[in-house]
Amino acid sequence: MTVQGFAHRNYLNADYRFRSWLWTTDHKRIAILYMISITMFFFVGGAAAVLFRLELMTPRGDLTIAETYNRLFTLHGVIMVFFFLIPSIPAVLGNFLLPMMIGARDLAFPRLNLASWYIFMLGGVMAVGAIIAGGADTGWTFYTPYSSTYTNTNVILMALGVFVAGFSSILTGLNFIVTIHTMRAPGLTWFRLPLFVWAHYATSLIMVLGTPVIAITLLLVVLERGLGIPIFDPKMGGDPLLFQHLFWFYSHPAVYIMILPSMGVISEIVACFARNRVFGYKFIAFSSLAIAVIGFLVWGHHMFVSGQSVYAGMVFSFMSMLVAVPSAIKVFNWTATLHKGAVSLETPMLYALGFIGLFTLGGLTGLFLATLAIDVHVHDTYFVVAHFHYIMVGGAVMGYLGGIHFWWPKMTGRMYPEWWGRLSAGIIFIGFNLTFFPQFVLGYLGMPRRVHEYVEEFQVLNVMSSAGASILGVGYLIPLAYLIWSLRYGPLASANPWGATGLEWQTESPPTTFNFDKTPVVREEAYHYDTGLTEASHSHVL
Amino acid sequence: MEITAAPMPDTRHVAHHFDDAEQQFVAAELGMWVFLATEVLFFGGVFCGYAIYRFKYAAEFIAGSHRLDVWLGTVNTAVLLTSSLTMALAVHAAQTSRRGALVRNLLLTLLLGAAFLGVKGYEYHHKFEERLVPGRNFRFVAHSAHVPESLQPAKEEKVDPRQVELFFSLYFAMTGLHALHMIIGIGVLAVLIVAAGRGAFSGGYFTPIEMTGLYWHFVDIVWVFLFPLLYLIR
Amino acid sequence: MSFHIVPRSTYFKVFAALVLLLVVTVLAAKVPLGVFNTPIALSIGLVKATLIVLYFMHVRYSPPLVRVFAAGGFLWLAIMFALTFSDVLTRH
Ligand SMILES: [Cu+2]
Repeated sequence: MTVQGFAHRNYLNADYRFRSWLWTTDHKRIAILYMISITMFFFVGGAAAVLFRLELMTPRGDLTIAETYNRLFTLHGVIMVFFFLIPSIPAVLGNFLLPMMIGARDLAFPRLNLASWYIFMLGGVMAVGAIIAGGADTGWTFYTPYSSTYTNTNVILMALGVFVAGFSSILTGLNFIVTIHTMRAPGLTWFRLPLFVWAHYATSLIMVLGTPVIAITLLLVVLERGLGIPIFDPKMGGDPLLFQHLFWFYSHPAVYIMILPSMGVISEIVACFARNRVFGYKFIAFSSLAIAVIGFLVWGHHMFVSGQSVYAGMVFSFMSMLVAVPSAIKVFNWTATLHKGAVSLETPMLYALGFIGLFTLGGLTGLFLATLAIDVHVHDTYFVVAHFHYIMVGGAVMGYLGGIHFWWPKMTGRMYPEWWGRLSAGIIFIGFNLTFFPQFVLGYLGMPRRVHEYVEEFQVLNVMSSAGASILGVGYLIPLAYLIWSLRYGPLASANPWGATGLEWQTESPPTTFNFDKTPVVREEAYHYDTGLTEASHSHVL
Repeated sequence: MEITAAPMPDTRHVAHHFDDAEQQFVAAELGMWVFLATEVLFFGGVFCGYAIYRFKYAAEFIAGSHRLDVWLGTVNTAVLLTSSLTMALAVHAAQTSRRGALVRNLLLTLLLGAAFLGVKGYEYHHKFEERLVPGRNFRFVAHSAHVPESLQPAKEEKVDPRQVELFFSLYFAMTGLHALHMIIGIGVLAVLIVAAGRGAFSGGYFTPIEMTGLYWHFVDIVWVFLFPLLYLIR
Repeated sequence: MSFHIVPRSTYFKVFAALVLLLVVTVLAAKVPLGVFNTPIALSIGLVKATLIVLYFMHVRYSPPLVRVFAAGGFLWLAIMFALTFSDVLTRH
C-alpha cells in the first residue's frame, strides 16, 4: 500500500516541530493532545482492572492481599473517572468539533484551552505519582473520616491530583459555554445547533457549577489530613455526612458529565446512519438541559444507608425517579428516528446501537437503585458496580468510541478499516455484557463490592465476568492497533465520507488551521437528511 | 444617569478568531461571570459546612467568635470596601482614558489589599499566641483572660472545646482561602499597574481592568459575608 | 464598541451606603435580639453584596445573559443548602 500525502495545507501538516504541538492554541491540536493523554490513562486504569479481575477468578486471595486489592480498585476508579471519562468526549471530540460545528475559527479562549490541558496533565502526573508511591486505598470516593484521619496511604497527593484536574474541567466547560453563546456563525440560531452542541452546553453547565464543589471538598480533606485541623472528624463533632453531601453534589452530576456528551454523539450518528432528521429535536435538546438541572437534585440516593435522614432519603428517591424522564425521552426519540430511517450499519452506528441498548439497561437498573427500599438490599453490592458500568462503559465509552470512529476521517484525514471496526465493535459488545451482566446477578445474590475474597458459590459468575473482561480488553486493543495503522495506511478520506450534515463536514479532512476559508452562513435546520437517501453511504473513500 | 460612550475600538487587541472588539469584550465578560459562578460554589462548599456546624454547635461557635477581634474585623471590612471603590474608580479612569488616574487607583487598590492582608496576618499571629490555631496545640479555656468579662456569656464553661476547635478550623479555612484570593488579586494588580503605566489601556481597550475589577469585587463580597458570620455571632 | 460609563458620583454614593451598612451591622450585633441577630446580619450582607454586584460590577448595565450567570451561581448554592439541610434538619 502506498503512502499518500495530503494535497492541502491543514492543521496537521501546518507545522511539524514538536514545540508547535506543545505551544499550540489550535483547538484541534489540543483535542489530539487530550486524546493521546486520556488513551494512556485509559490503559493504566484498564491494567488495574485486569489485575483485580484476575484476582477475582478464585474465591481466595491468591494473587493479592486485601491491601493491594484496595489500592487497585482505587487506582482504577480514580484514573478512569477523573482522568478518562470526565475529559473523554468533551475534551477530545468537544474540543475538536464544537468550534467547527458552530462555524467558528476556534474556542473563545484558545490559550485557556491549552492551559487546561497542562493543568490536566499536572493533575495526572500527581495522581500517577501517588500511585507509584504506593497508591491510596480509599476508593475513588475518598470517604471521610477514613481518608482524612485513618488510612496510611497517599491520599493527599491523590486528592490534590484530582483537585488540580478539576480546574481543567472547569476551564473547558467555561470555554464551551462562552463559545456557544458568543461565536455561532451567522444564521446559526439555537434551534439549528447540532444536538452534540446542546449536549455539550448542558455538560459544561455541570462542569462549571459542580466541579468547584468537589474541589473545595477534597481541599478540606487535604487540610484535615495534612495540617491536622478537624473538619469532618466525628471524634471532634465533625460530620462525615457533610463530606458525602458535598462529594455527591458534584459526583452524581459528574455521571452526566460522562453520559450527556455521549448522548450528543449518539444523536449525530443515529441521524446520519438512519439518513433521517432526528425525531423530536427540541425534546432531545431540552432534555439535555433538564438532565443537567435535575441531576443536581438527586445526589442523596448515594446516601440511603449512610445515616442520612429517612425524610431526605425519600425526597432524593423521588427526585431520582424524575431524572429518568428526560433520559427516556432521548431513548424514545432515537428509536423513532431509527424507525423512520434507512439504517445502514457502519461501525459508528454499531456503537450507537450498542449505546442505546446498554444505556437503557443501565438506566432501568438505576431506577432499582433509586428506589429507597431496594437500595437498602443491594447497596454496596456488585449490583451497583454493574449498574454504573452499564452507564459509564456501556454508555459513555461506547459513545466515545462511536464518536472517534465517526469523526476519525475528519480528524486525521484517513479512513479506518471498516471490517476491523465492525469486528471490534462486536467483540466489545459481547465482552462488555459477559463482564458486567453476571455482576447484576452477583450483586442481587449479595456479593459485596470492594472485597477480594468471596464465598465459593459466587465463583462461576466471577469467572464468567473475568472471561468477559479479557474479551473486552482485546476488543479495546484492536481499535488502538488499527486506528494507529490507519494514520499511515488508511485510505484518504473525502471532506464528507458519510454524507453527513453539519458544518464540520463542509470543510476539508483534515481541516485547515482556521477551520473555514470564510465564515459559513447557515440557512437551514440541523440534520437536513432526505429520508431514505443512501447514495453517499458507500462512496466514502476518495 | 449613565453615559453611553463609543470611542474607537483599539483593534490591535482583537484576536484572530473574533470578528471584532465588541464580540471579544462580550466573550471576556461572560467568561468572567461564569468563572465567578464557579467561585460562588467553591466558597459555597465551606459555607455549607459552616452552616451545618453553626446549626449544631451554636454555643461553641459563639464562644469561638468571642475570641475574634470585632474592631480589627470592622476596620478590615472598611479597608476592603474602600479598595473596591478605588478599583471601580480605576475602571472609570480606564474607560475615560486617563492614564494617571488609572495607575493611581490601581496602586491604591493594591495597597489597601496589602493593608487588609497585614491586619489579617496580625490577627493570625495573635490566634497563634493564644493557642487558638486548630491542631495539636489548640487549647480553649473558658473565660479566657484575653476576652473582657463583659463580652463573655455566663455559660461558656459548658462549651465543648472540640467544637470550638471546629469553629477555628472553619475560620482559618475560610479566611485563608479568602486571603489566597486576595494574594492572587494583588499579583494581577501589580502586572496591570506596570502595563497601565506603559499606556496599554484606554477607552478603546480596557478589558483586563474590567475583568480584574469583577474578580476583586467578588473577593470583597465573600468577605462581606465572612465578616458577620465569623466576627459578629452573639 | 459601546459600553456604559458609570459616573464617579454613583460609585461614591454606593460606597457611602456600604460604609453606612457596615456601621449598622456592627451596631446591630451589639443589640441582643436572640435568634434575629443572624438573619439581620445576613440580610445586611445581602444588601451590601447586591449593591456591589449591581453598581461596582455593572450588572445593572450588563446584558441579560450576564445577569443569568451572576444569579445562577447563587441559585445553585441555594440548591446545595436546601437539600443538605433537608437531611440535617430531619436527622435523628
Ligand atoms: Cu447518583
